[in-house]
Amino acid sequence: MNVSPLGVSSATLACPVPAQRCPVNSGQLLTACRLAWEQGGQLAALWASDERDRERGFCVHVLLRDRDGLTLLDHTLPDGGARYPDLSTIFPVANRMQRAAFDLVGTESDTDDPRPWIWQAAWPIDQFPLRRDFAASPKWEPGEEDYPFVRVSGDGVHEIAVGPVHAGTIEPGHFRFQVVGEKVLRLEERLSFAHKGIEKRFETLSIADGSRLAARISGDSAVAYGWAYAQAVEAIAGLELSQRATWLRALCLERERVANHLGDLGYLGNDGGFAFGLSQFSRLKEDVLRLNRRVFGHRLLMDVIVPGGVTHDIAPESTAEMRTQCASLDREIRLLRDIYDDHAGLQDRFRNCGRVTNELATKLGLCGFAARASGVADDLNRDGDVAARVAVRFDEALESLRLIDVILDALPQGDIIAALPRFREFKPALGCVEGWRGPVWFALESGPTDAIRRCHPHDPSWQNWPVIEHAVIGNIVPDFPLINKSFNLSYSGHDL
Amino acid sequence: MLHILRQIAKCGIKTEPPPPPADEMVTVARLQKKILRVLGRALTIRQIDAGSCNGCELEIHALANPYYNIEGLGIRFVASPRHADLLLVTGPVSKHMAIALKRTYDATPDPKLVVAVGDCGCSGGIFGESYASLGRVSNVIPVDVAIPGCPPAPVALLQGILAAVSVAAPAAELDAESAAALRTEPTMGSGVARLPEGAAELAPDAPAGEPPARVGDPP
Repeated sequence: MNVSPLGVSSATLACPVPAQRCPVNSGQLLTACRLAWEQGGQLAALWASDERDRERGFCVHVLLRDRDGLTLLDHTLPDGGARYPDLSTIFPVANRMQRAAFDLVGTESDTDDPRPWIWQAAWPIDQFPLRRDFAASPKWEPGEEDYPFVRVSGDGVHEIAVGPVHAGTIEPGHFRFQVVGEKVLRLEERLSFAHKGIEKRFETLSIADGSRLAARISGDSAVAYGWAYAQAVEAIAGLELSQRATWLRALCLERERVANHLGDLGYLGNDGGFAFGLSQFSRLKEDVLRLNRRVFGHRLLMDVIVPGGVTHDIAPESTAEMRTQCASLDREIRLLRDIYDDHAGLQDRFRNCGRVTNELATKLGLCGFAARASGVADDLNRDGDVAARVAVRFDEALESLRLIDVILDALPQGDIIAALPRFREFKPALGCVEGWRGPVWFALESGPTDAIRRCHPHDPSWQNWPVIEHAVIGNIVPDFPLINKSFNLSYSGHDL
Repeated sequence: MLHILRQIAKCGIKTEPPPPPADEMVTVARLQKKILRVLGRALTIRQIDAGSCNGCELEIHALANPYYNIEGLGIRFVASPRHADLLLVTGPVSKHMAIALKRTYDATPDPKLVVAVGDCGCSGGIFGESYASLGRVSNVIPVDVAIPGCPPAPVALLQGILAAVSVAAPAAELDAESAAALRTEPTMGSGVARLPEGAAELAPDAPAGEPPARVGDPP
């Protein structure tokens, strides 16, 4: 976005896409966000950092994205008592990010919502883990907080509490339903059960070692996270990646996308009462993972992408094997798609279930394939229901297979890895990759001696979790698993 | 309907023979004979994600695909710990999940087995122990079998699960008391032991606390 009307200076920020960085005061922060919203921009991420050792108090970082690229607004708070404007009035998605920034760094916004988001009584509420002088005590024991869920009352209204241990093999989180009969009146999510201190852990690792942690932020997106992290590192180093390494990364990313869509399409069939779908799609997914193992040495492609390039080159026979697999997957997916489309019982469950209108998706900043299923940034008229998300997943799986073929056809020759220089200075950079779920962001600042000063990964699930609370309203309780699976959001990537 | 049947027939049976149990994954062999007597070869598993990156969950899902066909071995995943013989726990155990994990363990009827999954479940992995992570599963509940790997492949998971129920180790001869003494002792503080039992899977009948608020009450 053009920030010159705001009267702020901007500097180029190291990032593979056009990005600028602007220091702003509180008035300019608010105006810039309003301007971005009016021009169709969205809030990509919000986080804070402790800059007291550099005599700059605390800094709130607000990342905006629009058609021009990225704008990072840095707003300095002189001390822990200062507040910054509540941005959730412009971007509702800012609410949880602001609460998380407070729980971890202690930066307060002008919000009237004082509830914690990441904090769950495992450390004293006046201690902030991402402050530099934070010292964890072995005496702190897990505790229980009394979270003020909103209750609905009325004749026949009751509450269903689910989690953090769920009935299926899924990640931990808590859902509080207010229902009448089987109709959902309200759903409130309580996340952060998988919070394991990832951001703090990054600060103890070297820049090169950070890559292993990055691949384990959300295991289903190991490639997207690994690549986004590597991008940020390479942007700091000013390292030009070889063409071959870039193309191999793209190959891994598309294989990750195919594997995840196949897995979820199977579970969506299963949740709709069609077990045939699960056994078929899980078989196809297993074929993809097994070939990943043979070609890249890891079923989920963890650690294949490292800063500087990739660890595995592909042999000609692997190329042939991947091509054959693409052709057979393409055939099988189309066949199964016809079966799904023709199955009246399944379509009855999918259609009009968990609807997210285009207007709601835009207002809440929905992103990734779920946004495309609601027709955001797309000329197609999509319904935004489970059926639409299933359709987009089929489309994207097939498109990824086409891309894999294109990549294998035109794979440039060259080295696959370059040596990283030593990191000697404080320098910020951004990385972003459109993973299968949506855009994965990395904000990284290097420190002297190859250290990580601050690292903030941002999962698209931050944007999409609040939308599920809206998508289920008016649906029946048994449809929740189906709606939830149609988004399949990350808990670990969100809770950090 | 016809194209569904045709597809099923075309695919045929993909299931592969199960791997042998992996004795080396057994950390504590306890009560094996008794458990085998009670369970036979029908085993029910409750999976608990105590804070993993979800990589282990993806591989646990894979156990249900036609290649591994875990249900064909008489092993079933169940929705409640009250129905489970074995807890399959991925980690590291986040502090936020420690109480829920302990309650789930308490809600599982004896005799029970615990299998820790993945490098994080075995040792805390890359996340280690921190202000937010308690590290390995055995820091919180007793563990019988630990399956390393990041994440362990489905075959390794099967080997570990089968080891938990079929290894005839010398310690299996021990009586219940001495076997219990062999278990890894949880190092988590005493606060957990005082917690009320159950409530792990938070069934609809979970006790409601305060009186309900009205529609539109502020949070």
